[in-house]
Formats: sequence, C-alpha cells, structure tokens
Amino acid sequence: MSEDLFQGYKGKALETLKKFKVNVWDDAEIESTGGHFSGKILPRAENTNENHLVLKLSTGYNIGIHIETITKISGTNHPQPTFKIPEKVFPYTQGLPHVKLLGTGGTIASRLDYRTGAVIPAFAPGELYGAVPELADICNLETEKIFAVFSENMGPQQYIALAKKIGEEIEKGIDGIVIGHGTDTLQHTGAALSFMCQNLPIPVILVGSQRSSDRPSSDAALNLMHAMTAAAHGNIAEVMICMFGPTSDEYGFLHKGTRVRKMHSSYRSTFRTIGDTPLARVTRQGVFPIKTHYNIRRNDRNVNIIPTFDDRVSMLYYHPGMKADVLDSLIEKGYKGIIWVGTGLGHINKEMYPAVERAHAAGLHQYMTLQTIWGYVNMFVYDTGRDMMAKGIIPAGNMLPEVALIKLGWALGQTDDPKEVKRLMLTPINDEITLREPYNGYLVYQGGVPEVEEFIKKVHK
Amino acid sequence: MLENQIKTHIVKSKTPRENYELSKKNIGYVDRSKATQFDYDRIGFMSGLEVHQQLATKEKLFCRCPAGIYQNKEEYDAEILRHMRPTLSELGEYDRTALMEFKTKKNILYRISNKTACTYDIDDTPPFPINPEALQYALEIALVSKFNIVGEVHITRKQYLDGSIPAGFQRTAILGIEGTIPLKNKNIRLIQLSIEEDSCREVSDLAHTRIYRTDRLGIPLIETVTYPDMSNPDEVMEACNYIRFLNRSTGKVRTGIGAGRQDVNVSCKGGTRIEIKGVAHTKWIPELTHVECFRQWALLAIREKLLTRTKKINWKISYIELNPNDFLFDYLPITQAIERNEKIYAVNLPYFGDILSHFTQPGKAFYDEFTHRLKVIACIERPNMTCNEDLDELLDKDIFQKIQTILHAQTQDAQIIFWAPEEDVKTALDVIEERALMAFDGVPEETRKSFNDGTSIFERVLPGADRMYPDTDSSPIPLDKNWIEKIKLSIPNHVSERYIQFKVWKIPEDCYHYLFTHNYYPLIHRIIQDFDLPPKYIGVFFGQKLKHLHGKYQNINFDINRLYDLFAFLKKESIEICIADKLLKLMFLHPTKDFNSLLNTLPFQKTQKEAILGKIDSIKASFNPRRKNTHKFDKINSIMGQLQPMSIGNIKLSELAKYIINTVE
Repeated sequence: MSEDLFQGYKGKALETLKKFKVNVWDDAEIESTGGHFSGKILPRAENTNENHLVLKLSTGYNIGIHIETITKISGTNHPQPTFKIPEKVFPYTQGLPHVKLLGTGGTIASRLDYRTGAVIPAFAPGELYGAVPELADICNLETEKIFAVFSENMGPQQYIALAKKIGEEIEKGIDGIVIGHGTDTLQHTGAALSFMCQNLPIPVILVGSQRSSDRPSSDAALNLMHAMTAAAHGNIAEVMICMFGPTSDEYGFLHKGTRVRKMHSSYRSTFRTIGDTPLARVTRQGVFPIKTHYNIRRNDRNVNIIPTFDDRVSMLYYHPGMKADVLDSLIEKGYKGIIWVGTGLGHINKEMYPAVERAHAAGLHQYMTLQTIWGYVNMFVYDTGRDMMAKGIIPAGNMLPEVALIKLGWALGQTDDPKEVKRLMLTPINDEITLREPYNGYLVYQGGVPEVEEFIKKVHK
Repeated sequence: MLENQIKTHIVKSKTPRENYELSKKNIGYVDRSKATQFDYDRIGFMSGLEVHQQLATKEKLFCRCPAGIYQNKEEYDAEILRHMRPTLSELGEYDRTALMEFKTKKNILYRISNKTACTYDIDDTPPFPINPEALQYALEIALVSKFNIVGEVHITRKQYLDGSIPAGFQRTAILGIEGTIPLKNKNIRLIQLSIEEDSCREVSDLAHTRIYRTDRLGIPLIETVTYPDMSNPDEVMEACNYIRFLNRSTGKVRTGIGAGRQDVNVSCKGGTRIEIKGVAHTKWIPELTHVECFRQWALLAIREKLLTRTKKINWKISYIELNPNDFLFDYLPITQAIERNEKIYAVNLPYFGDILSHFTQPGKAFYDEFTHRLKVIACIERPNMTCNEDLDELLDKDIFQKIQTILHAQTQDAQIIFWAPEEDVKTALDVIEERALMAFDGVPEETRKSFNDGTSIFERVLPGADRMYPDTDSSPIPLDKNWIEKIKLSIPNHVSERYIQFKVWKIPEDCYHYLFTHNYYPLIHRIIQDFDLPPKYIGVFFGQKLKHLHGKYQNINFDINRLYDLFAFLKKESIEICIADKLLKLMFLHPTKDFNSLLNTLPFQKTQKEAILGKIDSIKASFNPRRKNTHKFDKINSIMGQLQPMSIGNIKLSELAKYIINTVE
C-alpha cells in the first residue's frame, strides 16, 4: 500500500475524510451548513492550514470548504489518475545537426492535467516534440536527465558531473549541447562550466525559462528553440547562457557564462551581460554575432576538461558596521578562500583589518569584488585600498562577485599555492576579467527622461 | 447517374437569393415580433448568462495600479510583443484549430501606459496578494445573490489564447455557488459567482497583428453565471437586468460604458452551447438570442441535408490556384488583391450546392461562416472570399463555370473563391475544409461576437472545454466566518424586495428600470424617511423628472447627492416641496449655485399662506367674464392662474384649489 489516499491532509481534515470514508480523487457530494457542494476531492498542498477540504467543481474551479461546516460527505471511489504525455517519436531528419539536451531538474516543457491541475514535465525527446514540435525543424535531438535538483540546489558536485558529461559527449561527436537549468543560479553554473570546459569545439548552451511552460505566454518554448538553434547551427563555441533579449517574444541573447547576471527577479529579459555587450543575438533564423571576437566552432574534439572544485570558499558582502567576528568564524571553520564584495571601488571598514590580517596569516585567499556590479576594483585610489592589499586582499578587476567565487573554488580545487591561485584567478579564461570596458557595456537608463521614454516607446520592450 | 440528375434538378433551379428565402422558410424562421413561446419550444430555445460587472475599487485586483483610468488608442509609453502558444490538452494533443491559429503567427502587441499598468499586468512580475477591497465587494454581492459562500478561495487560471490577457490566462476564483434570483414568473438558478481580473481592450486586429491596450486589464470584476433556465429571449433580458440591478444595488460597482458586460449562452434542441461574448447592452439580448437559436436550427437543417447526400468520412475539398490573366475579374477587392500580389484560389466543396446560400441569420447565409474564420484564424482581411452562391452574385457566372470545369466539379457541388497573401493560403485551405467538415456535425463550438442588429459572427475558437488549473503563484485564502457575518449585516435588501416597496409606494412601473439602473433606491428611501415626504411624489420626481433632465443635459455632471440636500433645505425652510420640480432644472443649469440663489432666480418669495388666501376674494370680485354664460370653473381657473406663481413653494396647489373652489361656490 504505497498509494497515499489522503495526500496532504492533516489533523481535523484528515479525520473528516476518514470519518466519511472518502479519499483524495473521489467524486464527492458534500452537505455543509453553508449549502451543498459537489466535485472531486483534490490533494491538499503542503504548508496550508488543516481546516479546509479542496474540491474541484465540474466547472474546473477549485474551492475550499471549511471542515467544521461539513455535515456529510458521500463519495464515489476513484483511483488516483496516472499522467503521462503520449510520446511521439522525435522525427529524425537527415542532414540536421545532432544536439544533446541535458536535464538538471528544472521543467523545460510540460503539460497540464486539468482534472487535477498537476503540471507534468515533458523531457524525453518524444515528449518534447509533442510540446514544442518546432524543435524537429532545428536539429536531431537526444536527451538525458542527469539530475533532478532545483536551481538553488545546484552546486560543485553537479558542476563537476556536468563538465565530465560535456567532455564525454564532445568525444562522442555531438554537434552542440543544451543544458536545461533553473534560472536562479544559471550564472553560477555558466561560470563553473566556462572554467571547467576549456577550448570547447562546440557550443554549450545553458537555458531556462522565467515563466513556466504551462502558460500560453511562457518564454520556455522560444528559449528552447533559440538554444537549440545556437547549439545546432551557431558558430560560437563557448559556454553561453541563452535567454530573452527583450521581454517581448522577439529574440534571445547569447551571454558569456562568465559575464552574465540575473538582474530582475521575474522579468523575462532578466539576464544581462555586465560590463560588455552580449556575444550574439539569436532568433529562430540563426545566430547573429554582436561581438567580433569569439571562440569559433571546430571539427576536432580537443576539449580541455578541468573538473576540480574546493567548496571551502565563501563570500562576504560588506556593510557598514560589519563585525570582525564574521570573518573570524570563517577562519575558525577552516575556509580557504573569501570573495569580498566591497563598496565603491572595493572597500571595507578599518574595524575588519585585524581579522583580514588573521585570515591572511591563516592562509586564506582573499579577493576583492564590487557591490556596484559594474566597474573595476581599484585599490590604489585611496590609502585604505593600499592598506587592504598590504594585508592580503587581492583586487579581482571587473570580475563579477559570483564568478569570482566560482573561480576561486575551481582554482583551489587545483592548488593551494597562493601565487598559483593568484595566477589562475587573474588570468582570464573567457573574459571574466576584461582589459577594457566599452561604453555600451554599462547601460542602465532611467525612465522619465524624454529621450529614454521616446526610445522605449519606439522599440519593443 | 439518375441520382445525379435528380440532384442537378434540385440544385440548379434557383438563384442564391431564392434558395436563401426558401431555406429560411423551410426551417420555420419567424421574426421575433411574431415569435411565440410555441416557436421557442419547437426549436428548444435554451439560454444562460454570464454577467460581468466591474467593481468600484481604487486599485486593480492583483497589483496596485489604479483601476478605472483609461488611455486613448494612441496614448502609450511602451509596446510589448507576445505570441500565445496553445498548451497541450488533456490527451496530450493540441486542439487542431488552436494550433492552426498559432501557426499563422498572430503578433500580439500590448500598448502600455505607465499610469495604468505595471510589470504584473504584462506578466513579468508574479501577482501581489488579492485586493481585499475587491474581495469584500464581491462577497457582498455574492451574499445578496444568496450564494453558498466557499470556506476558502482558490485562485484558478483560466486560459485564453486570443491575447486579451498577456499571461495567456485570467486569474479567477469562485466565491459562491448555487444561488437564485426571482423573476416575475419564475426563479432562475445561479451556478456560481467568481471574482476575476478584467481583460485588455482591443485597439485593432489587422492581418497578423492584434493590438491591445492594458488600461482595463486587471480591474476587479465579478461574473455571475446562471443555469440555462431561460426559455425565451425576453426572459434572458429580464434575468440580465435583474442581475445587473442587483449588482448595482450594493453601490460597489462601476457604471458607464464597458463596466458591465455579459456573455450570453444559447442553444437550440440538438445544438451546441454557443457563447456570444461581450454584449454591452441588455436591450440587444432578445434579438441576439432569438437569431442565434435559429442559426443553430438552420445549421442542424444543413447537417441533415448534407448527410442525405454524402458521408463526412473521406469528404475533402479540391482546389486550384487561379491565374488572374485567365479570368476577367472585375470585382474590386479581387483586382486590388492582384495588385498586392496576393494569390487567388478556387475551392470545390463537393455536395455543398444550395448549402452555401442556405439561410443562417437574417441577411446572412452559410458561406458567411467561412469568411469570418478566414479572417480570425488565417488572418486574411475581409472581404476575403466569394462563392457561386453569393447572395449578391459578385462575380460573373462564366467565371464559376470555367472554375467548375477546371476543378471537375459536379453539379451538386459549390465553389468558393478566396484571395490571400501566399503565406496564408495553406491555413486558409485548412480553415475552409475544417469548417465544411464541421457542417456534417451541426453546430461547431465557438465564441461569437454580436452586432446591434441581432446577428453575430465567429469570434474565436474555444480553447478546449477544460482550461482551468490552479494558480501556483498564490495560496488559498481562508474566509473568516466572522468577517462574512459582518458583511452580511451591511448588505442591501434584495432587488425583488425593493420592487415590492416601489409598488407599495405607488410609484409607476415605468420608472423602475431607470431607478434600478442608477440604484436610486437607497437615496429615495432616505429622503422619504428622513423628511417624511410622500413616496409617490419622490419616486416620480426621480423616475420621470430627473430622468428627463438627465437625458436632456447628458454632458452635465450632476451630483445626485445634492437632491438629498435639496429636500433637507426645503424641509428646514418649510417650503412646499412642489417647488422642487422647478429647482431641479435650475440645479442642472447652475450646478454651483446654492439653493437660496436658485430660489431668487425662480423668482420665489416667501409668503404666508393666509396672505395668499386673503387675495382670493379681491380677485374673485374683479373677475370679468368675457362671455355671458361663463361657467364657474372659468372663474376658478382664472383665480388659480393668478395666484399660482406666488403659491408654488408656499402652499400646496391642491390646498389652494380647494380654498378657491369653496370661495367661488
């Protein structure tokens, strides 16, 4: 008896169901002091109160009925429905490139079960073809689910497994790789894979969606088509993140995995390249490079996989009034590397100095990045900056804080030697530090300015 | 062969117009003015309503944008482009028509004004908690409608693929189920009352681009759904009026154009529940429901006719592209299409002879069912087609004869010619074949758009019967029992009780519609109670005099609450209320003047009753009859006439008349 007849119901509600001998999924007639209700008993969501029974009416609406008002329930037994997306064979097209889709756990495509409201993920090629039939015009697709974790639970272990998998697939001769991924930590995985998979001969595209694929306005299908197009037909062989350019359904951007950041909690066009332009625009028609220099697709299979990571690294986001004991506890717990996220050009207060010295003496590798997100660390402008460098904090140029954290973990996975770590950290692998910041690398325009408003009105947002 | 000859004989003996008239007669169409309950019972008239009413809240339902501020078509700050992708249906397959529409790629553009829309409206931010003001107003109305109130509100998503909501679904939730409203002769059962967000307003829909404004989007709305209990068109209107009056009786709803709209569901015996969307005026309902019911009746007759000729299975169209040089087209839309480099296609519909010109609605024949689908699904602007049975016979018969030869058409077949941009031709052919195949099944499921002449056209395909699923962005809202009890205390009495009260007050029935529409009951009630005034006079004052001036001075923004102040003033100054009629007009003309100044404008002078009555004798004495045999009433009238101006407001005219009559007699 593994089947749960009372999914999610607790306390009084559970007692009531048992008392009237009805289960979840039953069609029920309910008498209550508030009148008569009939519908299908649905499972109760976790973390909701114990006082209500959820009913799906024949009109498709759900309602909750307060347990204490219920005087009688009579039900017709119904077994738990089973859901499956009918698979259709993903058509093979001679001449189209082969793309491998690796699943990490996020929902790439899905279908709805209207009887229950459940969202059923689609992942196998046949299922995906059913959900986004346009994919068959782009490539020949293979899929493999390698983990089932939410974006926020992705970590070093998964980075290493993904990097190794990418190496294997390249060796096997695939033309492009797409990785489905939740969007919250897309940039971390993007950075990790950029460092772990060097000298790529083919595109490796990370893709997610900001709106789940069960809604008609979802960005999932278009993002997936863009990613597949870039992986199958694009000429840029780098680790890239492929997400909406504008919030409109118009084009996507290909961002370098090392220079990209999620900038809005919910917008479709949330990913932005920081301090530079994106690599390219992508539409269903193809990839249109914006940058002139990039790693070009090759036919050889000479990828360099360096799947190392030491997770004893952390990040300190400096704030006025920060106490030294925060850092001391990291020293005490045996951390090996700290990414500072400093104010302005890269500053922390004097109160921290003794702790910074203690950390340095204990062998912790400390690097400075910026809360401003845009711009370079410059610790020469003020004396305090020079003081900090003297105490062991190394400026990390215009490396993004999250990228610096990932890179430090990756570097410490290879060596403890401060000089070698510093060399690895400050030698850019794929523009995580750039030598120059172009003027169009920093564009945060403000609304209300007439010429900005004019632009917004003219160009689809 | 013999069979063919017989058909030939039937098909070709009439003009399209004659066939239209004959088929209209054959299905037993009667004008509404002549229709009786017997006619409606004969075709199984059945109708239900979904009455939408905006709530008068300050803010929208799921975001904190102001509600009720509207923008002009060209007034916007940004545009956003979206496509609506059909999601998989229950069986894991796309609805055929929905997919067809998706493949033609409709670009949906949203015009956003910063004042009225935010990132929630365009689905770039998850919903904020439900607007508590809206929830309370909706619950009040649910309680007045005697619904069973739910214990917990579950926000549900209802899918829309037409783009009218940027998310592709509307957030909606049931507040109550199973209510009733009383009509004059029967009770109508109510299925449910839900609270939901309003949709965008359409700016235009041309070829592949549909443009919406997002100002109305998200305004809280309630939807009251009835069972299909109405069995004739007048009952549908009566029920609709009742629900609207009931909504208004709470004083918590928006009024004005578009604030209340209804979807009317109609079916005939053997037909399909067809939803006529967005009917703005209740007075259109009787004609609309009448016509739609007969349209379905006609479609069923067409089905029977087709099935006697052939089977649905294996039925298909044949078609050919026409070279414009081979034909002498002189119909302007076609010659213009040729100039635009569009393609012209001829389609043969086997066994559809006499069907295309079959009556469906007054002035419309079966082929009209194709043209609007070509517009909506294949995005081809109208006029987009004609046929060999066009009532207006737009093309020369020779053209069709030539086409019939090319397509090897049989005499019992019918032909459509359509013109379209090349990229839309495939969808157009699919649309024509699909609609023709649907004719074998009777009445296709669709939503329809209404016109004020009572006819309707195809509007959208239904996105499948099941399109509801829980909103994962919001959690259930338990309704506190005490809160509900508290709301119960503040709800108004039922419209039917007010109706009875009006009767008791002897207010004439022709006033009721106006009084209910504007929800004047509470104000009338207060005036009568607070100042102890005759109910009938106040009822007529509102229901006739105010109504007349409202109509006459439509552009004047009249503050209705001043009427309470008016009667308060008259009471305080002990002025007879009959002067209110005269003051009312002046209040419209001089909205800012106070009552004393208005009295001076009249002019009015306060005079003691005795002083007026004292003048009767002297006037009587000076009465100079023009004729010898003057009747005594002439004398009475003469005195009355002279005293009336100074009497209004000082003495009741009926009282004055009594005194004069006594004096004269």
